[in-house]
Amino acid sequence: MAETATHTADHASEHAHETSTGLTNNKLAMWLFLGSECLLFGGLISTYMLYRGRISDGPHPMAIFDIPFTSVSSFVLLMSSLTMVLAVTSAQRGDDSRTNLWLTVTAVLGATFVGGQIYEFTAFVREGLGFSTSLFGSSFYTLTGFHGIHVTVGVLMLLSTVGIIRKNKITGNKAEVVEIVGLYWHFVDVVWIIIFTLVYLIPS
Amino acid sequence: MSTSTEQQQSDHEHGMSDAGYIKIALILAAITALEVSTYYVDFGPLFMPSLMIMMVVKFVMVVSYFMHLKFDSKIFSFLFYTGLGLALFVYITALATFKFFIS
Repeated sequence: MAETATHTADHASEHAHETSTGLTNNKLAMWLFLGSECLLFGGLISTYMLYRGRISDGPHPMAIFDIPFTSVSSFVLLMSSLTMVLAVTSAQRGDDSRTNLWLTVTAVLGATFVGGQIYEFTAFVREGLGFSTSLFGSSFYTLTGFHGIHVTVGVLMLLSTVGIIRKNKITGNKAEVVEIVGLYWHFVDVVWIIIFTLVYLIPS
Repeated sequence: MSTSTEQQQSDHEHGMSDAGYIKIALILAAITALEVSTYYVDFGPLFMPSLMIMMVVKFVMVVSYFMHLKFDSKIFSFLFYTGLGLALFVYITALATFKFFIS
């Protein structure tokens, strides 16, 4: 059984080097996906930047934004990128227990960020900023909501990766699987770097 | 020779040491603190440029070091930065359309 698993892993490794570029198809596909994600968020950020000043009704964003709270959330997400990269280096060293530990910490930090976003949305709605209150509200919730969904998907990916590593279900290059999940996670972090500056720190 | 090859393989796979990544994270945290300070301290005409520069520096640091683009194949950089370039093009086009073509 173990021999079969080793053989499959070897085969996967050999297969990875057979591509004409010398790069693995999985990693190439993830980078291509992230390139396309840039376009998705580019469109959403453009829409927000165009409509950020269209506040026909409801409270002004600067009156409801809680900058200290959002700064802490941003810091949490930023630090989750560190724990993610530590998971990748642990996976490259073949240390499964540390890989799972860092992946779990990353998932917890990500879930904390999502929890903070849900709390923030609830507070904004209570203060009178609904999805259809103004063009600002619509574009704000669409942009930050899409990002929140991406973080949630990332948390699920992290927890799934922990599960499949524990059950030893990865037949190919384990480090590469963790690295690919990490690429997605870092991407949601870099998108938030832009959102935090453009949406929260620059007054409309 | 073999040790050198192993070292190269290790560098390719790891990019940086864990301590190196922690240093990068500390720099990112410091920049974030500086960004947040612009909300409370009046930076005058430097407000917008400083925020933009800090945002770009953080973005490039995460992409280069945490996502390993600095150490990885140039093909990955091409795919990602092409997407980013197109996204910027979308933004500039949309902004130009609303700015110049609305009567």
